[in-house]
Amino acid sequence: MATHHSRSAARLMMTPAVVLLLGWMLVPLTMTLYFSFKRYLPLRGGDLGWVGFENYTRFLTSSAFWPSVQSTLIIVGGVLIITVVLGVLLALLLDQPMWGQGIVRILVIAPFFIMPTVSALVWKNMFMDPVNGLFAHLWKAFGAEPVVWLSEASMPSIILIVSWQWLPFATLILLTAIQSLDSEQLEAAEMDGAPALKRFWFIILPHLSRAITVVILIQTIFLLSIFAEIFVTTGGAFGTRTLSYLIFQRVLESQNVGLGSAGGVYAIILANIVALFLMRIVGKNLDA
Amino acid sequence: MGHIVLNQITKRFGDVEVIPPLDLTIEDGEFTVFVGPSGCGKSTLLRLIAGLEDVSSGQIQIDGQDATEVPPAKRGLAMVFQSYALYPHMSVRKNIAFPLRMAKLEKAEQDKRVEQAAAVLNLTDYLDRRPGQLSGGQRQRVAIGRAIVREPAAFLFDEPLSNLDAALRVGMRLEISELHERLKTTMIYVTHDQVEAMTMADKIVVLKAGNIEQVGSPLDLYKAPRNLFVAGFIGSPKMNFITGAEAKKHDAQTIGIRPEHIAVSKEGGLWEGVIGVSEHLGSDTFFHVHQTGLADTITVRAGGEVNFHHGDRIFLTPRDDVLHRFDMQGLRIA
Repeated sequence: MATHHSRSAARLMMTPAVVLLLGWMLVPLTMTLYFSFKRYLPLRGGDLGWVGFENYTRFLTSSAFWPSVQSTLIIVGGVLIITVVLGVLLALLLDQPMWGQGIVRILVIAPFFIMPTVSALVWKNMFMDPVNGLFAHLWKAFGAEPVVWLSEASMPSIILIVSWQWLPFATLILLTAIQSLDSEQLEAAEMDGAPALKRFWFIILPHLSRAITVVILIQTIFLLSIFAEIFVTTGGAFGTRTLSYLIFQRVLESQNVGLGSAGGVYAIILANIVALFLMRIVGKNLDA
Repeated sequence: MGHIVLNQITKRFGDVEVIPPLDLTIEDGEFTVFVGPSGCGKSTLLRLIAGLEDVSSGQIQIDGQDATEVPPAKRGLAMVFQSYALYPHMSVRKNIAFPLRMAKLEKAEQDKRVEQAAAVLNLTDYLDRRPGQLSGGQRQRVAIGRAIVREPAAFLFDEPLSNLDAALRVGMRLEISELHERLKTTMIYVTHDQVEAMTMADKIVVLKAGNIEQVGSPLDLYKAPRNLFVAGFIGSPKMNFITGAEAKKHDAQTIGIRPEHIAVSKEGGLWEGVIGVSEHLGSDTFFHVHQTGLADTITVRAGGEVNFHHGDRIFLTPRDDVLHRFDMQGLRIA
């Protein structure tokens, strides 16, 4: 049926969707670019005209910029390492035949269905609260001084919360990948004299490389823009101000739309640099 | 070396007994074929010998040593899997070297053995390719190469040719037979194809529902099948079975006669029938003869160029000296 006629009809019918998606993407992007060249202070005079690249230089030279890039990368990197390593281990575990497998799998996936704001609040109030949190009680039970998690160990706390949210995603993808491994390959390796650890290293891990690549790419895209977890826990204090949080502060707290927009453009560039690096490092796994 | 003795081994999966107590001896250097219909337990038996499954009871001896509890890698056996089970992310060279690498052999020795195996199997030009870039027959040879380099006490083949097309299968059959001639190592080969069994084996083990029906050389099984199952399973086309009055004449419940042991004639003979389908193979012609009053269909082999057609009357005369007689239990009457 792929005649010339039906193909042009197909194109015609796809047009509304394509135009909508393009507009969806282009309008905010154009507006961000537009505002980034303006001095625009909604509560202090509104649109004050064009300023060229002043917003860009101000955002870049502000003392908060480089620390925010750094904390963004630390959070992304930390969460990636934790979710991939634990995800592989959990997937291996869940692949074993065991009693109540179905329920256990649903339980493992459950955190992914909880809204980031809710889960961060639960962690903050139920686990990490220095007075009433479960961790505080645990520490006290052993006679230790409770840790004030969100201020004394702010970065690890946020990494912990975000990892907890994303671990199910990594586990799920890696589990399906493990299940697609031909069991005869493992048996062949066993006959070839490879003990369990070497079978993991030489057979299972290479088999998982493509799934790991997918997990890393998708998670990076989402983790670069995490916001809710920081907003409801530290509010950007104690060195947890990421780039996206900094932009939020510039736009809404200091009511400087132009400056925030310039930051947004930097965020786009950063995301692209990271994506480019990742594609270079792991992208060849996707070709094979 | 590769003398394998199975002593009263059984295998149960839950309540299902896949292999009832079974005894079998495989001599050193022998090419043994396990053959039987699908689900007869032949692959399970092979996996028990390999150690990939644990026996439920009984003992496995390899070269006089009790190997029942020995892990697969320590049994000194190499296995070629049905799916070949090559490691897709490794080159052919690394695939073949993998068992040597696991055995922590020196790099130079590894290379030497890989080169040797590759030369034997005509894989030298493909050593740096990935399995995905090879044809089915080449993958098969890589799998065999990976088994050869370990210099095992015995090779185990689990239906290795079932994924190949017919022409390639005949070629690989010859290559494996030649390999056996050259290496003189014990080989155990599992197949559901009785032609493979007949052409390759020194010793055939016919299995049905986990039971050994008969053990013997291909010609033993062909000439003196112990029961109806073996008689029907070995030989192509199948042996004709005749019951009733005709069998009574020979003091048997059932008589069996192979298609190649029946003479055909237009003029006269012992039995009479009408030709249904005829299959012309050039060298031979197989007639399916109906309305004989003996059985639904009697299959007969005639020469390549005979002048019979669909619907013709035909007279059949079986050779009395190769008639097989079976009793009520389906066992052979000597």
